Amino acid sequence: MIKINAKYCKSCGYCIRFCPKKILEMGTERNRRGHFYPVVTDPDKCISCGICASMCPDAAIELPAKEGA
Amino acid sequence: MAEYKRSQLLADSPSGYCPGCLHGLATKLIAEVIDELGQADNSLNVISVGCSALNILYWGGDFLSVAHGRAPAAATGIKRVNPERLVFAYQGDGDLAAIGLAEIMSAANRGENFTVIFANNQTYGMTGGQMAPTTLIGQKTTTTVYGRDPATTGYPLKMCELISTLEAPRFVARYALNSPKGVSDARKGIKKAFQMQLDGKGFTFIELLTNCPTNWKMTPLQTFDYMNSNTIPYFKPGVYKDTEANG
Ligand SMILES: Cc1ncc(C[n+]2csc(CCOP(=O)(O)OP(=O)(O)O)c2C)c(N)n1
Ligand code: SF4
Ligand code: SF4
Ligand code: SF4
Ligand SMILES: [Mg+2]
Repeated sequence: MIKINAKYCKSCGYCIRFCPKKILEMGTERNRRGHFYPVVTDPDKCISCGICASMCPDAAIELPAKEGA
Repeated sequence: MAEYKRSQLLADSPSGYCPGCLHGLATKLIAEVIDELGQADNSLNVISVGCSALNILYWGGDFLSVAHGRAPAAATGIKRVNPERLVFAYQGDGDLAAIGLAEIMSAANRGENFTVIFANNQTYGMTGGQMAPTTLIGQKTTTTVYGRDPATTGYPLKMCELISTLEAPRFVARYALNSPKGVSDARKGIKKAFQMQLDGKGFTFIELLTNCPTNWKMTPLQTFDYMNSNTIPYFKPGVYKDTEANG
């Protein structure tokens, strides 16, 4: 499962557009700079493909190593 | 996919780039490739003038900030006295294709052993969205308010095509950063160029098609669609020269 570091996010929406599972959507909370940041709607559906992380211009998304891996 | 982490070559604070600016994605990709190659402490970023200069506060590795258009000249000196260093110039299209056209062509023609990463967003972003040599025909900017007209301003300069006609360059390629495939290809291209430099092969040139949501007056996602229908058909992604490719 991905981790979204809200403090770097600028609300561009790229991660949301390219998630193949369509499980990201813009949240209703803002970070300290006033940007809305995405939330994962259905964590169980995440396939850890990393596309959201690779498309983020602000390096706000991390993909932690799989447990036990 | 393996774990994906924020590179230590990026500051622990938000970048100065506007929301959705692909300078951010380009900078991140470069940082990740340098990490993969284990070159974080051996790399040197020659930062140009333009929004790329926002990296002065964002780039966590060694860098030099140089005069407008002169990054290839500065990189030449640095690399010649520090041949073991991974040296790259990061330049915008105004910087590289307008004021710095002589420096890039000369450095490429000499076959200097460093890498140029060229962020082509088809405008002068930093100064408020004027026409660049790469501005598309018909594109509206603050200095081409009715759209760029080739009768008075010529045609958008294709830097990969130009540089690949020279004898010395070893790897010349263009990638578009508005899709996962483009980003993944760009990552491989940057890695290949850096590896060729580390192996002493000579001049490598990577053009990245980027955007400027602020001056294009579009949302970040609108710029991606615009790039698909306008930028990519004119500036065709692909490998223009690769002296390592044999069959
Ligand atoms: C010698 C000199 N001339 C002009 C300028 C003004 N200037 C600053 S940035 C820039 C253009 C930058 O455009 P580009 O390289 O495309 O970078 P972008 O901001 O689009 O990434 C200009 C003309 C300057 N700083 N120095
Ligand atoms: S890792 Fe893949 S599936 Fe999971 S949220 Fe990101 S893009 Fe979607
Ligand atoms: S791609 Fe990055 S900056 Fe853009 S909305 Fe997603 S997390 Fe935020
Ligand atoms: S002005 Fe344009 S190029 Fe500069 S940071 Fe903003 S979006 Fe990026
Ligand atoms: Mg530009």
